[in-house]
Amino acid sequence: MAAQANPLATGRPVFVVDGSRTPFLRARGRPGPFAASDLALQAGRSLMLRQPFGPEDFDQVILGCVMAGPHEVNIARVVALRLGCGQRVPAFTVQRNCASGLQALDCAAQDIAAGRSELVLAGGTEAMSHAPVLFSEAMVKWLAGFSRARSAGARLRATAAFRPAFLKPVIGLLCGLTDPIVELNMGQTAEVLAHRFGIDRKTMDAFALRSHRRLAQAVDDGHLDEIEPLYDTRGHCYERDDGLREDSSADKLARLKPVFDKPFGKVTAGNSAQITDGAAWLILASAQAVEKYRLPVLGRIVDSQWAALDPAQMGLGPVHAMAPIMHRHQLASDDVDQWEINEAFAAQVLACLEAWKDSRYCREELGLESAFDPIEEERLNVDGGAVAIGHPVGASGARIVLHLLRTLERTDGRRGMASLCIGGGQGGAMLVERTGA
Amino acid sequence: MNGERKDRDLYTVLDEEGIAWLHFDKRDSGTNVLSAQVLEAFYEELLRLEQDPPRGLVILSDKPNGFIAGADVREFTRLETHDQALAAIESGQAVFDRLAALPFPTVALIHGFCLGGGLELALACRYRVARDDPATRLGLPEVRLGIHPGFGGSVRLTALIGPLAAMDLMLSGRSVDGRTARRLGLVDHVQPQRHLHTAARALVLDPPFRHRPGKLAALGNHRWARPLLARVLRRKVGRKARRDHYPAPWSLIDLWQQHADDERAMLHAEAGSVADLIMGPTAQNLIRVFLLQERLKSLGRTSDFRPARVHVVGAGVMGGDIAAWCALRGLRVTLSDQSPERIAPAIGRAATLFRRRLKRRRPIQEAMDRLIPDHRGLGVEHADVVIEAIFEDADAKRALYRELEPRMGREAVLATNTSSIPLQELRSALQDPARLVGLHFFNPVAKMQLVEVVRDRDTDATVVNRAIGFTRRIDRLPLPVTSTPGFLVNRILMPYLLEAVELESEGVPAVEIDRQALDFGMPMGPIELADRVGLDICLHVAGILGEHLGTEVPTRLRQLVESGRLGRKSGEGFYRYRRGQALKPAVPREHRDNPDVGDRMILRMLNEAVACLHQGVVEDGDLLDAGMVYGTGFAPFRGGPLHYIETSGADTLLQRLQQLEKRYGERFHPDVGWETIIGFGDQPPHNPESGA
Repeated sequence: MAAQANPLATGRPVFVVDGSRTPFLRARGRPGPFAASDLALQAGRSLMLRQPFGPEDFDQVILGCVMAGPHEVNIARVVALRLGCGQRVPAFTVQRNCASGLQALDCAAQDIAAGRSELVLAGGTEAMSHAPVLFSEAMVKWLAGFSRARSAGARLRATAAFRPAFLKPVIGLLCGLTDPIVELNMGQTAEVLAHRFGIDRKTMDAFALRSHRRLAQAVDDGHLDEIEPLYDTRGHCYERDDGLREDSSADKLARLKPVFDKPFGKVTAGNSAQITDGAAWLILASAQAVEKYRLPVLGRIVDSQWAALDPAQMGLGPVHAMAPIMHRHQLASDDVDQWEINEAFAAQVLACLEAWKDSRYCREELGLESAFDPIEEERLNVDGGAVAIGHPVGASGARIVLHLLRTLERTDGRRGMASLCIGGGQGGAMLVERTGA
Repeated sequence: MNGERKDRDLYTVLDEEGIAWLHFDKRDSGTNVLSAQVLEAFYEELLRLEQDPPRGLVILSDKPNGFIAGADVREFTRLETHDQALAAIESGQAVFDRLAALPFPTVALIHGFCLGGGLELALACRYRVARDDPATRLGLPEVRLGIHPGFGGSVRLTALIGPLAAMDLMLSGRSVDGRTARRLGLVDHVQPQRHLHTAARALVLDPPFRHRPGKLAALGNHRWARPLLARVLRRKVGRKARRDHYPAPWSLIDLWQQHADDERAMLHAEAGSVADLIMGPTAQNLIRVFLLQERLKSLGRTSDFRPARVHVVGAGVMGGDIAAWCALRGLRVTLSDQSPERIAPAIGRAATLFRRRLKRRRPIQEAMDRLIPDHRGLGVEHADVVIEAIFEDADAKRALYRELEPRMGREAVLATNTSSIPLQELRSALQDPARLVGLHFFNPVAKMQLVEVVRDRDTDATVVNRAIGFTRRIDRLPLPVTSTPGFLVNRILMPYLLEAVELESEGVPAVEIDRQALDFGMPMGPIELADRVGLDICLHVAGILGEHLGTEVPTRLRQLVESGRLGRKSGEGFYRYRRGQALKPAVPREHRDNPDVGDRMILRMLNEAVACLHQGVVEDGDLLDAGMVYGTGFAPFRGGPLHYIETSGADTLLQRLQQLEKRYGERFHPDVGWETIIGFGDQPPHNPESGA
């Protein structure tokens, strides 16, 4: 296996001391009340209120974001300045599609392990409802030609070349969710997995329903106290993930039509992650920083792994990323107390669970001698996942690591694994551990 | 050379290209003002330049805060006769005429404040360059002092940018930033600091035609257009200021209408008009009020307290608006309440305020980012100032202080925005009882400049000083008052409001009551004011004050509140409201004027003012007057209630009060304080009306 030189394994310990996130707000077909930087700012501002140090004490700020708006291309720097980190705290934005938030944590952890940073603010943000709507390339070319036309005749000719079809907008979000190499959109990759592992519609819908039920229960039980309310400029506040459908039922889910492979597919809006706006932050610290500011420790980032595979089967990414970590630490499925596997699609998580315990898959695709023991349902996404909460692509990685640590704290567990599949055919995983347990 | 510069108000440096750079740098002052002395020095400098002409002249300021802030207002108060005033104005005009007549290019290089006489000087230059930043403000605010531009400003501005834009600036007294000034044609270039000098040099070395108003804008100055335009302007002014109360804007319109095609005649008339105005009671009183404002501002200077973070508890109308105001003024604010839903409306209101005040995207965003909703109340620990603005309940407040105090920094100020509960009742909950101070804001916070800084014998003097420093930091006017019921402003206002309610219940139409108050010069009638404040709140405050001061609460007020008519917020109080606007019925035809109506309201207010002065609620009469003007809008052109008593004759007013007592009962019983005032009255009072 590669990655023996991971500084997380050899370097200084990396602690997570605190974190918070915004409620995840479902995109409703028009730009939501918050831009991506607003989301990150508000989550960060509330988080900083309870810290014994100021935003200017960070060594750097790292933010994951897939589609930062044209006004905030290095969105991490914009948010750092808006947060009051001051001019001297460097900040950069990372992009690894659906795992951008996890990538931010990994970068921060590597830097701390390597001794380059003591205290880092890392997380992810995404305002998917603000994804740009673009001019088509034909339109852009026509505009360029028109603006070069000087004489009246040239202008007339340029005008005559115009075709109404040029006005057809390009929906940035759809482009982003389509793999340009295998020319499948993300939903179709889930269909591929459903077919390969024989996952039927009913099982997917049952999984989706469980996600909603678990989230509803978690809300009732107060398991989501990492959420900090958002406030808009019209005097409204948002305190909860609004993708939750408390009235969801197997019947209702069964009535939905497939959206990606019409009309025979099985992946519906109901058993897929929701298009959502949201942000999440974690504060990562070295032992030195923990001591200096007397910070409470939520847990330790023990290891991380990135893996790549066939883009058409990107949904299996978590299996490929988690396996090497299990191997390095000689862990059996049972040794991990809590799992968070991001629910891009119900079919995709179910496929991961199948592959995980499938000896042929493990042997042929992962080069392992045998399969893993199944991951227990009661230890996986215990408070619901992206099907109910939503999946603001840049933010989800940070959200699941944060929630994993909170869950371990609440259940007095020790080890936790967070993992996401990544559009384009990758997987990312992170192993955390509560030091006190 | 530096040593020499220090004891001069201005100096000139000639550069290698032959451009003379004339620097204004007034001695012993942080701000350039055009005192008589400075003007004289400037005149001499101009004569020297005439003798030995440079290639061009650039006029600039060495003061970081701005170019020239205007004339020296204090000198206005020393003018004794009309002739003196006229002479002073004409000599100022002569200086600027000289400047305007220089045969080489002249440029005013403007940064920061460029107001009044400062802008008139710039207007006498051939060109103007302004710095492109929010701190640069150009304007002619003279009307706010009851006069209008007198150093040729009205002549040159109307000629430069056309009468409509010029009159708008002069009649409103508002100031504009560099970009707006460029759009109006007031300046030739608006540039960032890094290009200012280059721009000025370019204008001198390669002088373009000087700016002219557009054809349409210039048309307004035409003989035929003026009467029509003047009528429009008068109608506009009439909506804001009555000629008998505020003559200056009206005089300005007259002046322009009569003389706009003859520069000499207009300059002459301008000087005469300003001399008339400046000796009149309105200008004298407005200047007085301006100087009182300066005095309130200077109260904060003794404090070296530099608060950066404020925590406000209670996101209701007052708390929320105080928090928004502090964020607007650059402080980092945490705003807490019991739940996010309670905080959210305050954030919405703040966004509206920021949009209106800041206009541009990034400053609005910055202000929003500084205002942090904090439903867990975590901001207390980092705050330099903690302001409690929860509902008026002593127990609740005490419980809150018990929770706040251990979490606050030792140096942090703990302030209450209570309007009615004495500090004595509240501080018992504190480990360090001396640290509690009152900061009583007025509604609406963004409009009312006054903040009563409430203290009593037991309040730590350092804390009071910090509270005053904080008030200045957020650009409000601090008025130290004692912690007696109603403090100053509400206590004096309340008898006036209650008398209005009494009149209304006697059958005097509400509109008529309000009209009488407006005639006196109040910004809003008492009935409408009561409706706006909320009748339930009036009743509450009146009840508390009544307990302490023995005043009766009119039953009419109680009835209205009980029937759910709470004023504007409930859609109906004394008036009915549609979309927040009072629907005022006409005065019934059978109504007959009763001269007692106005006097009853005003005299009760004056009587209470006398009582407050006598009881030492504020340190002196000037502070009391300032408080009433900035806290209630008490007719500024009358110079404040005590000044009004002084100028209209304390004897006469006292007799009238005694008359009213006989007719209407004990609530008109003159306070013992009148004796002291009449005592003062034996000496010749400072009476500006006699000068007119």
